[in-house]
Amino acid sequence: MNKAELMDYDRALELFEPVLGFEVHVELNTKTKMFSDAPNFFGGEPNTNVTPVDLGLPGSLPVVNEQAVKYSISLGLALGCSIAPSSRFARKNYFYPDLAKNYQISQFDEPIAFGGSVEVELPDGRLFTVPIERAHMEEDAGKLTHVGGATGRIQGAEYSLVDYNRAGVPLVEIVTDIIYGAEYDAPELAKAYVSTIRDIVVSLGISDAKMERGNLRCDANISLRRRTAPGEPPAKLGTRTETKNVNSLRSVERAIRYEIQRQAAILEGGGTIIQETRHWHEDTGQTSAGRPKSDADDYRYFPEPDLLPVEPSAELIEELRAALPEAPAIRRRRLKADWGFTDLEFQDVVNSGLLNEIIETTAAGASAQSARKWWTGEIARVANARGVDASTLVSPLHVSELVALVDAGTLTDRLARQVLEGVIEGEGTPDEVVASRGLAVVSDDGALIAAIDDALASQPDVLAKIRDGKVQAAGAVIGAVMKAMKGQADAARVRELVLERANA
Amino acid sequence: MSPEATRQHDLTRLSAADLASTLASREVSSLEVTEAHLDRIHAVDGDVRAFLHVAAEGARAAARAVDARRAAGETLGALAGVPIAIKDVLCTLDMPSTAGSRILQGWVPPYDATVVRKLRDADLIPLGKTNMDEFAMGSSTEHSAYGPTHNPWDLDRIPGGSGGGSAAAVAAFEAPLALGSDTGGSIRQPAAVTGSVGMKPTYGGVSRYGAIALASSLDQVGPVSRTVLDAALLHDVIGGHDPRDSTSLKDTWPSFAAAARAGQQNLSLKGLKVGVVTELGGDGFQAGVTQRFQEALELLTSAGAEVVEVSTPSFEYAIAAYYLILPAEASSNLAKFDSVRFGLRVNPTGGGTVEDVMSATREAGFGPEVKRRIILGTYALSAGYYDAYYGSAQKVRTLIQRDFARVFADVDVLVSPSAPTTAFKLGEKLDDPLSMYLNDLTTIPANLAGVPGISLPVGLAPEDGLPVGIQFMAPARADARLYSVGATLEALLEDRWGHTLLSQAPDLAPQEMFASEEGAV
Repeated sequence: MNKAELMDYDRALELFEPVLGFEVHVELNTKTKMFSDAPNFFGGEPNTNVTPVDLGLPGSLPVVNEQAVKYSISLGLALGCSIAPSSRFARKNYFYPDLAKNYQISQFDEPIAFGGSVEVELPDGRLFTVPIERAHMEEDAGKLTHVGGATGRIQGAEYSLVDYNRAGVPLVEIVTDIIYGAEYDAPELAKAYVSTIRDIVVSLGISDAKMERGNLRCDANISLRRRTAPGEPPAKLGTRTETKNVNSLRSVERAIRYEIQRQAAILEGGGTIIQETRHWHEDTGQTSAGRPKSDADDYRYFPEPDLLPVEPSAELIEELRAALPEAPAIRRRRLKADWGFTDLEFQDVVNSGLLNEIIETTAAGASAQSARKWWTGEIARVANARGVDASTLVSPLHVSELVALVDAGTLTDRLARQVLEGVIEGEGTPDEVVASRGLAVVSDDGALIAAIDDALASQPDVLAKIRDGKVQAAGAVIGAVMKAMKGQADAARVRELVLERANA
Repeated sequence: MSPEATRQHDLTRLSAADLASTLASREVSSLEVTEAHLDRIHAVDGDVRAFLHVAAEGARAAARAVDARRAAGETLGALAGVPIAIKDVLCTLDMPSTAGSRILQGWVPPYDATVVRKLRDADLIPLGKTNMDEFAMGSSTEHSAYGPTHNPWDLDRIPGGSGGGSAAAVAAFEAPLALGSDTGGSIRQPAAVTGSVGMKPTYGGVSRYGAIALASSLDQVGPVSRTVLDAALLHDVIGGHDPRDSTSLKDTWPSFAAAARAGQQNLSLKGLKVGVVTELGGDGFQAGVTQRFQEALELLTSAGAEVVEVSTPSFEYAIAAYYLILPAEASSNLAKFDSVRFGLRVNPTGGGTVEDVMSATREAGFGPEVKRRIILGTYALSAGYYDAYYGSAQKVRTLIQRDFARVFADVDVLVSPSAPTTAFKLGEKLDDPLSMYLNDLTTIPANLAGVPGISLPVGLAPEDGLPVGIQFMAPARADARLYSVGATLEALLEDRWGHTLLSQAPDLAPQEMFASEEGAV
């Protein structure tokens, strides 16, 4: 559907209530794969990082990775879930060449974690509680490359290549309950939810969580429910679509918005929504039809007979619970209070994705406000100009050292920006850059007074005005002095001395 | 027979235990023992067809290596230098592993099954791979894609199945030992109908890693031999925990050979309570089978055992439950045979999608019995039928486990005929799957409950002169008890007969023309 055929978003929201649901797959960063002792690493030469288990060779058997179980329990706890004292793996049977055994070992009716919720912060700072149905463990499939077609999809391809390096990588699939009430903010909620899951797994240290690499994958389910007049019973839930391949936070937001507008246009035009998967296309900002998906898809699940039930001890669960880091939403609220930031300042920090850098900078001794100012200001500006991640430019320690130099009066803000540039260029620590570039503020009053006297002498009219009490006239002298000092002077001190010398 | 031929003949007649002590005393080399068995294979396997693959050169090399180490004074394992036949369901690095299927023809795995690695570590000499019903589905080896194995007692009869090749190899003196796998009787029933000994260990007692799966919750690898002690010696080698098999038990096991020796030496069964399972006998059992079974019970009683009747009503449903659970698991286990990574690939004429290739391969690569069970299992797991079929079958399984637990609270071992009949004629039941399935009536309950069971010969049925087996079952983990009781009964029977049963088997005519090249026979 091209953009012109979509329904206006506001109009769509007037007519329909969006109903959401998310399945987020998290790749765990364990040392080895879910069921084999192959290193949990993919990329590199295809089919080199595989064992008989990953290839599903006859006679091979899976063995559960205990670290993956611990990670899954921690994630379940962080999502407020109950941990099943006994959970089971099941086989999900379907034929597909990226699935070595033609069944996926997953969890079905007995997931390891169930019944939780997660607090998500919307861009305006409001909290929204997303209900979590379950989190379960499973193995990733291999990777197919379709060769010879125009689209890179299987349709039209001449042949396909299979790389099983990814087969068996441990995954946790987090499934939400149906989410009502997101309303106008549905796209923002989707983004915030995935972002929160990312923050959680990063804080737990259980995943690299890079969406662009597929460490974190979101399938977004959405349906529209027609609004009814007050007093009338609510309409039935609409038919849902499942949008796949959404691999950035921005895409999650865009895809939801697009699907709302697309579905609304179809429904309002008298059409029906087909229950299907849809592929998100980052380039066009549209979704396209995938395969039909029915609730009656028959995967012939049955308990995996090659594995015993997973039965973590109560002690282990409590140990992992005690080791949980602060929940990201709670942590943010605490930091905001500790730092004394305004809502706007704090949102700015969160949206910049530099929260951790600021925490580390304050831990190294800088004030929160200075840390915020530098990271979201000059450093972010340089990062933006260079198209890189701000955190890769400079370390929090160096930023705190820079702030200290400013606080001590050794550097003005202007000089500090030059020092920062030197640090970014790899010229050393802030102290080293100050020394090598000769950028310290001139704090020798003698040198300043000489320059001031020269400037006053060359601008007698200004001197007269100052003596007449027109203090603002001093600006011209200060400018000349700063120029003479090549900016390496503290303007406030220069001003003090100018007034002193003029009235001497 | 030349003196050399006589010596070789004698070497193939020795039990594994006797061969091992002869080897240990250096009266004979492993190479000589191996050559004797290779000669025997060449002489008789054209008729018996126990082997799918004979690794003559590999066996000789392994034998020479053992001889060299023995000559160097190394201390070797109890069965070092003894040849063994390996069921083709087990993965072997240096031999094709086909599980009797066309779909795996020529496939050489890149790894050894854990039990095979243990054999090599213990210096046994793998002779080759033995025939079996395709993917272990059958009771006669007639479902092998490579043709049936013949019973050494009567070449027109079946050797049992699925492990007919292993049992026939042992019974025809082509190997003193063999490995089998038992999902519903595939070790015990062939042992019974060939007059050999077969043991299905406690589920989890022996690693399944590298055993091509039929039904994961039922499969168990175990020994096939001519004496109870030999089975115990082999069980000692292959048993124990394997970190690659999550269902393998972490128990420390006693020496099964010590249990067998104790049973051979102390022939009193005083204090032993034996339960005769009412449901596993009577109507439908061949008269000669029942007769020899009853005589064996009398022998147990005369040795001091208390023999009582016990009833396990749930066993009536065992076959029905088994033929839902097994096909369900098998339908999933066999899904991997899709031509993508290994094995046969059939490209449909005119090309096609990956699905077309998978379908064409499976159509051509699987035999009718395999297809029958895949369809059954797929159906049993389907949405809407799962509870009625797979779910109900699992409930029956629980009831069978409870019945076992209840009777084992009162008796030490359970006993039944190992099979309802002696070996039937090749082709007799091929068109009647249900009748073939019923042949496993006696052996299936042990698999459903995970308990161990052993079959040993108790004589020949008077009406057809064919071997009859008795089955003992014990509680899970009590495998040693079966070796002890089995060895006692074996000793009592041989005392009575004055010889072993297999010594009465027809001496198969040597075939000089038989090809002696390495490879498939």
